[in-house]
Amino acid sequence: MTEVAITGAQALVRSLEQVGADVVFGIPGGAILPAYDPLYDSTKVRHILVRHEQGAGHAAEGYAQASGKVGVCMATSGPGATNLVTPIADAYMDSVPIVAITGQVGRSFIGTDAFQEADISGITLPITKHNFLVQSADDIPRAIAEAFHLASTGRPGPVLVDLPKDVLQESTVFAWPPRLDLPGYRPVTRPPGKQIREAARLIAGARRPVLYVGGGVLKARATAELRQLAELTGIPVVTTLMARGAFPDSHPQHLGMPGMHGSVSAVTALQKADLLIALGTRFDDRVTGKLDTFAPHAAIIHADIDPAEIGKNRVADVPIVGDVREVLLELVPAMEAEFDADHRADLTGWWRQIDQWRETYPLGYEEPPDGTLAPQYVIERLGKIAGPETIFAAGVGQHQMWAAQFIGYENPYTWLNSGGAGTMGYAVPAAMGAKVACPDKLVWAIDGDGCFQMTNQELATCAIEGIPIKVAVINNGNLGMVRQWQTLFYSERYSQTDLGTHKHRIPDFVKLADALGCVGLRCETKADVDATIEKAMAINDQPVVVDFTVGKDAMVWPMVAAGASNDDIEAARDIRPVYEGDE
Amino acid sequence: MTTTTHTLSVLVENKPGVLTRVAGLFARRGFNIESLAVGPTEHPEVSRITILVRVEGTILEQVTKQLNKLVNVLKIVELEEKQAVQRELLLVKVRADETNRRDVLQVVELFKAKVADVGPEAVTVELTGRPDKLEAMLKMLEPYGIREMVQSGMVALGRGSRSMTQAALRSVDRSA
Repeated sequence: MTEVAITGAQALVRSLEQVGADVVFGIPGGAILPAYDPLYDSTKVRHILVRHEQGAGHAAEGYAQASGKVGVCMATSGPGATNLVTPIADAYMDSVPIVAITGQVGRSFIGTDAFQEADISGITLPITKHNFLVQSADDIPRAIAEAFHLASTGRPGPVLVDLPKDVLQESTVFAWPPRLDLPGYRPVTRPPGKQIREAARLIAGARRPVLYVGGGVLKARATAELRQLAELTGIPVVTTLMARGAFPDSHPQHLGMPGMHGSVSAVTALQKADLLIALGTRFDDRVTGKLDTFAPHAAIIHADIDPAEIGKNRVADVPIVGDVREVLLELVPAMEAEFDADHRADLTGWWRQIDQWRETYPLGYEEPPDGTLAPQYVIERLGKIAGPETIFAAGVGQHQMWAAQFIGYENPYTWLNSGGAGTMGYAVPAAMGAKVACPDKLVWAIDGDGCFQMTNQELATCAIEGIPIKVAVINNGNLGMVRQWQTLFYSERYSQTDLGTHKHRIPDFVKLADALGCVGLRCETKADVDATIEKAMAINDQPVVVDFTVGKDAMVWPMVAAGASNDDIEAARDIRPVYEGDE
Repeated sequence: MTTTTHTLSVLVENKPGVLTRVAGLFARRGFNIESLAVGPTEHPEVSRITILVRVEGTILEQVTKQLNKLVNVLKIVELEEKQAVQRELLLVKVRADETNRRDVLQVVELFKAKVADVGPEAVTVELTGRPDKLEAMLKMLEPYGIREMVQSGMVALGRGSRSMTQAALRSVDRSA
C-alpha cells in the first residue's frame, strides 16, 4: 500500500467510508468546516443537511433504531455541539448506537473562551458511553474506528468524537484498519453455563412465571430466540415501552406493556408472579412503580449485557451477565433438558387467572362525551390502515402512550420512541432518520401538537432531500400529558398547558405543512379518519402532515400514579381492579 | 444499613481526563469520596487511583460496576484493611519557639516523624502512616498550636507478593 499524505479532514471522511457510515446528518460551521470540504467529494457518504443539530442527533437515532447500524451526526463547535446534547442524552438513556462528530476550536485556542468554544467532551461526559478529544490527525482513524466499535458493541450507546479545527487541517498518512487500543473495554457476551442451568431449574419449577422483556432483546436482535423460549415454555410475555415489537402483539402469550400506563394484565401478572425472567431490561421506575412493592413474591432471573444493571434496582436471585441472544440460545436447550427430565410446573391455573384479568380489564377507551374526536381512535385506525410493516416513531406524552397501547406491533424495529429521556420533539427527526435507513418502508411519525412545534423544521429537510415521511399530529391543543396530571393531581388548574393550537389555530398545521413543502391535511371528525389516512397513504412523493384535531380531555388509562405501588393500578379513572382472593 | 469505609485501588489508562471521568462518576451517582490519591505505576501507560469511599455493601458493588464501565478503567480491587499496607502523608506546621520547641520535638520523636523545616517560630513536621497514627500525632501537637497542615489521600498496596498491575496488564494483553 502506498502511503500518501492527506489532511486530517480527508482521513475523517475516509475513516467514515471504511466503517460503512453511508449517511451523516449534520450542519456545517466554522470549526468543522475543513471536514465538509472532502465530504463534498465523497461518493459513499451521503450528508443530509438538517435544520437544527437536535434534528441531526434524533435522525441518527432513528436511523440506528430502524436499521441496527450506527447512526452518525455532525455539528460544529460551541452551540452546534451543545445542540446535540439532548439527542446524545436520549441515546444514552435508550442505549442507541450513535456517533457524534463535532468540530472544536484549534488546539491553541482550547481553554481561552474562544469564539464558538464549548467543552463538549466535558459537557457530554455523563451522557456518552465514551468520548474523545482528538489531539493529532494521526489519531483520527483510530478514534473513528474505536467510536463505532464502542457505540455498537456491548451495551450500545452514544460516542462523541471532538475534532479541533487545526487537527482536521493537519497533514497525516492514512492507514486502515487502525489498531484498536481499548484495554479497559471487554464486554462479556457469553453467559456462564452454571447460571443458565440455575435459571432453567427455576423456570421449570415456577408456577407463576413472567417473561419481562426489555429493549435489550431488540438491541441483541434476539426476537426469534425469545419467541422460541416463550413458545417452548408457554410462559406469558410482557414487553416494555422500549421492547414493543420484540414479541408479536397478536401472540396469545403476549399480555402487552407493563408499567405506569401498562395493561392491567401485564402489570398484575408481574405483581402476582413467583418468577420474573427479566431479559435486557432495567427495572425502570416507570415499570416498577414504587420499587419495594414491585413483584413482591417473585424470584428474579436477570439477564443483561451491562453488569451494572443487575442488582441496581432489584436484587437478582440468578444474575446472568451476557448478550441476551446468547443467553436465549443457551436457555432454550437448557429448558428442553429440564422438560425431558419431566421437570415442568403446570401453568394452567396461572393462565386461567391471567385470562380472567385480560377479559375483565382489556385495553380500551371511551368516546369523548363532548363529541370531539377520540385521539385513541385515530391512532388505532392509523395502526390498522398502515399495517404491521410500518415504522412508527412517536414523540413524548399521551400520544406516545396511546401509540404504544393501541397499535399492534408484529415486527421488531417498527416502534421508535424516546423512552428513558422522554424527549419531546423526537418523532419528526427520528422518523426522518428511519426513512433514510429504510426507504422502502412506510414511516409514520405520531406526534403531539406540543412535540411537533419543537422539531417540525426538519420537514423542510425531508421535503428537500426527498424523505417522504408522514406525520400524524394528534392535536389536542394542549400539552396533553401535563394537562392530564393537572386534571388528576392539581385540581384541574391548567397552568400553562393550553398551547392555543385550537383556540387560535396558531400555528395552522395545514398551512405550516404547506410552507415546509409538505402536503397538509386536516381531520376533525370520526367519519373522516379512515379517508384522511388513506389520502395520506396515497401520497408518496412528498412528506404529509395530518392535523388530527382531537378532544383535549381524553386521558391515558390504565395508570399507576407516580410513586404509587403497581398494586394500586387504575384501569380507568377511579376504577381499581378487584382480584380473586382480594378483600 | 451499615456504611463502612472501603479502599478501592483502581488501575486506569494514563490519559488526559481520566481522573475527571472517575471523580465525576462518584459525584454524579451520589457516592461520596473520602480520600483520593493518584499517581504513576511501574508501567508508564498505567496510573493508579486509590479511593476511599464510605458506603454500604450493595452500593459499593454498584460503585465498582459503574467504574468498570468507564472505558479507561483497567481494573478495580477492593483492598481489605487487614490485607493491605495503607499510608497517608501529613505535613503539619506547629508553633514552636524556644519555650516549647523541645516538647514538640519530643512528640515528633515519639511518633518517629521527621522535621521537614525549622524556623524561629515554627517547625514543619512530616509523618507517614495509617490514618489513626496521623490523627494521634495531630492530637498531641494541637495544644502547641497548628499553623497549617496538609494531608495526602491514602495510598495502599495489597500485602504479599501478588501484583495487581501485572495481573491487569496480562489480561489486557490477552484481550488485544
